Amino acid sequence: MTKIEAIIRTSKLDAVKDALHEIGVEGMTVLEVRGHGRQKGHTEFYRGQEYTVDLIPKTKLELVLADELVEKAVQAIANAARTGKIGDGKIFLSRVDDAIRIRNEERGETAL
Amino acid sequence: MLWAQAPAPGLAAQQPATGSQGVQSERIARLEQQVADAKFSADNAWMLVCSALVLMMTGPGLALFYGGLVRKKNVLATMMQSFAMMAVVTVLWAIVGYSLSFGAGNSFIGGVHNVFLHGVGAQPDADYAATIPAQTFMIYQLMFAIITPALITGAFAERMKFSAMVVFMVLWSAVVYSPMAHMVWGKGGLLNASLGGRFPTLDFAGGTVVHVTSGVSALVCALYLGRRIGYPKSPMPPHSVVLSFIGACLLWVGWFGFNAGSALNAGSLATSAFVATHFGAAAATIGWCAAEWIRNGKASALGAVSGAVAGLVAITPAAGFVGPMAALAIGLIAGVFCYLMVAKVKARFGYDDSLDAFGVHGAGGTIGALLTGIFASSAVNPIFKDAHGNTLASGVIEGNFRQLGNQFVGVVIAWLLAVVGTLVILKLVDVIIGLRVSEEHEIQGLDLSQHGEEGYYFEVSA
Repeated sequence: MTKIEAIIRTSKLDAVKDALHEIGVEGMTVLEVRGHGRQKGHTEFYRGQEYTVDLIPKTKLELVLADELVEKAVQAIANAARTGKIGDGKIFLSRVDDAIRIRNEERGETAL
Repeated sequence: MLWAQAPAPGLAAQQPATGSQGVQSERIARLEQQVADAKFSADNAWMLVCSALVLMMTGPGLALFYGGLVRKKNVLATMMQSFAMMAVVTVLWAIVGYSLSFGAGNSFIGGVHNVFLHGVGAQPDADYAATIPAQTFMIYQLMFAIITPALITGAFAERMKFSAMVVFMVLWSAVVYSPMAHMVWGKGGLLNASLGGRFPTLDFAGGTVVHVTSGVSALVCALYLGRRIGYPKSPMPPHSVVLSFIGACLLWVGWFGFNAGSALNAGSLATSAFVATHFGAAAATIGWCAAEWIRNGKASALGAVSGAVAGLVAITPAAGFVGPMAALAIGLIAGVFCYLMVAKVKARFGYDDSLDAFGVHGAGGTIGALLTGIFASSAVNPIFKDAHGNTLASGVIEGNFRQLGNQFVGVVIAWLLAVVGTLVILKLVDVIIGLRVSEEHEIQGLDLSQHGEEGYYFEVSA
């Protein structure tokens, strides 16, 4: 099992969600986050005082998938979230040891 | 008595159709009485509505305006500072404040004749307002006494102890507000324009009494207390411009009560002041936005509402003395001027007037008071008369150059009183209670440290 953490543009959430549904991904967790990579922030003015906002609002998806789905999911996310400009986001993959469905304590991939 | 209930309908019809001259003159007297009663009722109704409008400026108007400008950990503490004035100043006003402001006294302060509102009842005080009960005049003036100290709270936002704030405001109200109100508006006051003051200063609704005193005291507070931790390095943007926006809109509406109500009757002068108020606010909005647009490339929502407030401040002393075109000019000048004060001057000198109480009220009030001396028109309000009752010129545009000097005297006295009074009170409260919260409490936020609660308990991450 693999955990996919994808940080994407907030405006791309719907497209990414649709793309994942298309390849058969059934569950995900979505978080509103702030952060930055190479993308510079923007400036805001309040009564003439300039503020630099360097933590930019982004959306983070977390999903845990059976290994055979992972590469397709990565492609789906990357294709749907891409604009080609700095700030498109990142995808991180990591191993997951186990999964437990709380309702009936099924374990492993069947719990996904 | 003027305020007695009007005679029952049908009473006049019972009069004999024919009769002696005595009966006729009695009937005329009765009709005159009814006309006077009707005017009395109309004026009183208007002034009670205006009183409520001016209270609405403090809560929720100013509370929202300031509350939105602070960080979210201080929203309740900031709103509470305004709301506390609604309670504390009211009690103080009933005991001694009204008497010190409007009771008969010397040139500088009222006496103790009206303490505990003694003698302030249904009977009008003809020196102030002949067609409303003295009690209506008292409650109307109270609303001004409430908002004035509340305006100061913008300067020491996010760092002053609640206890110290309350004590400071009680003393400030008695030591700075009451004398200034008495000098400008009280009978026998040094600056009173209609009751024979030595330097007749035109201040229709409180440019000097309310805005210069509060704004300059705010600057003194900001300098004395020092900057907030992290200012100006850490960003401290408003946590909700939405709240400030709503607050400013309520201020604009409430200001009609503030300025048009200062006519103290429901006649055409109230209309004139209402119009000038609205025009001043509109022009200042455009002035501020234009300056911001040129400098930053965008006109912001916060800029627009701040400009409106700056215009309302500046038109306050002028409202009942100037026509609509002069109001536009005053507003436009004030909008640009106040923008430069908060955007450039504050940054250059580095004082932390957190919510720009000085930049908007001190600066706007000062420029408004001076411009009143220039634009005042005897056609709008024939305030100055010679011994024969002929109307004299009001402002510089009518050739009365001395008026600018009188306005200057009024402004200087307001500045001096505010600086000295505020410094002395701050020092006193600092020694007894201490003004600032601890560093730990300031970082934690005043909502929790001063009041034990949070403004937004169910926070959504965003």
